[in-house]
Amino acid sequence: MNFYAIKAIYLFELARTWRTLMQSIASPVLSTSLYFIVFGSAIGSRMVAIDGISYGAFIVPGLIMLTVLTESTSNASFGIYMPKFSGTIYEILSAPISAIEIILGYVGAAASKAILLGLIILLTARFFVDFSIEHPLWMLAFLVLTAISFSLFGFIIGVLANSFEQLQIVPLMVITPLTFLGGSFYSISMLPPLWQQITLFNPVVYLISGFRWSFYGVADVNVGLSLAMILLFMALCIGVICWIFHTGYKVKV
Amino acid sequence: MQSVIQVNQLSKTYPSGFQALQNVQLEIRRGEIFALLGPNGAGKTTLISIICGIVNPGTGSVLVDGLDIVKQYRQARQRIGLVPQELSVSIFETVWDTVSFSRGLFGKPADPAYLQQLLKDLSLWDKKDSKIMALSGGMKRRVLIAKALAHQPQILFLDEPTAGVDVELRRDMWQMIRRLRDSGVTIILTTHYIEEAEDMADRIGVIRAGKLVLVDDKSSLMQKLGKKQLLLQLVEPLPEIPPALAAYQLQLSADNRQLIYTYDAQQEQATITTLLRQLNGLGVEFSDLNTQESSLEDIFIGLIGDAA
Repeated sequence: MNFYAIKAIYLFELARTWRTLMQSIASPVLSTSLYFIVFGSAIGSRMVAIDGISYGAFIVPGLIMLTVLTESTSNASFGIYMPKFSGTIYEILSAPISAIEIILGYVGAAASKAILLGLIILLTARFFVDFSIEHPLWMLAFLVLTAISFSLFGFIIGVLANSFEQLQIVPLMVITPLTFLGGSFYSISMLPPLWQQITLFNPVVYLISGFRWSFYGVADVNVGLSLAMILLFMALCIGVICWIFHTGYKVKV
Repeated sequence: MQSVIQVNQLSKTYPSGFQALQNVQLEIRRGEIFALLGPNGAGKTTLISIICGIVNPGTGSVLVDGLDIVKQYRQARQRIGLVPQELSVSIFETVWDTVSFSRGLFGKPADPAYLQQLLKDLSLWDKKDSKIMALSGGMKRRVLIAKALAHQPQILFLDEPTAGVDVELRRDMWQMIRRLRDSGVTIILTTHYIEEAEDMADRIGVIRAGKLVLVDDKSSLMQKLGKKQLLLQLVEPLPEIPPALAAYQLQLSADNRQLIYTYDAQQEQATITTLLRQLNGLGVEFSDLNTQESSLEDIFIGLIGDAA
């Protein structure tokens, strides 16, 4: 294992975060705060409690997930796309490192950043609404697993993307809608019966449901199923990445 | 001398169907400066990229220090540093950060003292905290060299190192390359500046259309292929070459004031004596005489031109 290389990539990626502090940390925190003000405090005060949880508190796990999903995807994809775009990938390819070490560096950094952001938003939320966390360890486990899975997913997008537009399109056009429709702001049980069925095809439903369970002990779907879905998604991403590195697809000719 | 890189029957065809390399057989000796010459698209960069691990080899094999570049890529790549042709470097980073990054990437623990010396040798020390985007093109080129040397490689590849570099930096760079060679580093470079290959290289390989046309010591290459010319400045213009001298295949300059005799450098010099004696006998007087050797450039153009 080339630990120095993993560390070098990891630190390089985190340094990118500090360089772009406003964009990487301040902006997600600001936009989430706006959600809390609008949906949590302003509109939420007129809403009835869901499953005995005040509306403001109910949306906390979903909003954290929204940020963690988009941030881990876009960070990991940007991290590996940039060297491809600028040509500096030559150095990564010519270095004595394996695919696993490259992934540990890039995905590790993207996931760390997403986890950090998730925790910052959790703290921010505390300023606006009152909530408790019933299963803190499970909460952390869901947070970490989701961040890693979607960083892997982002890594794949970054490798496959041919332009900045393609890079943006998945977080913007896929992740955000799926998160909004995945129960960030409502409970699945509030939907008409047909939509309750359709929405089960949305993988984000399982993430949010499991994550919310770790906060309040209530879930739309079984927690075990949530966990299984995250692990399945992670396994799928690892499989695709293995295939990419095995064939050199879009990385090496 | 021991070989440090062994390229065996290497061929590469890109997915587009373009065959970049055909059965390349090449041995690089430890501690030498090897220049790879060839026109654009000849396969120079493909060859370097395969050895360095950026492009997958097609068929054939490459051994670096006896290590297979595919099966033992870790040990093989640790020995190699690469300065790419393009100025590809992360522009938002500082010089110090990017050089430290390169060292770590190649699996070496931090060594600030070594990096400090490296940056000083490349006249980059006072720029160590500058962001790379604030540097000139020549300085960026130095940064790329520093990055390639950050892990103390035994073999250094320089792909067109002096393209777009001013005279002063080019001179600095060649000095640095000589120093590296003196410290035991093997250097493989590609260049368009043939006079530099002539100046620097111990051996020269010429590549054309994916085939290694020739590999030879620079001196014997120039001897083998080099021609010499004897130039005679005439006192009186000569209307035509005297028929008695037809055997020498002389040329007469346009103003009829210069006679040019082209001869093989390896041939014995007796013919010159007889030519001069005959000229004397014919009453052709000359005011000056000099000889000139064909440069590597002439040889190179001769080789490339032959096939065209």
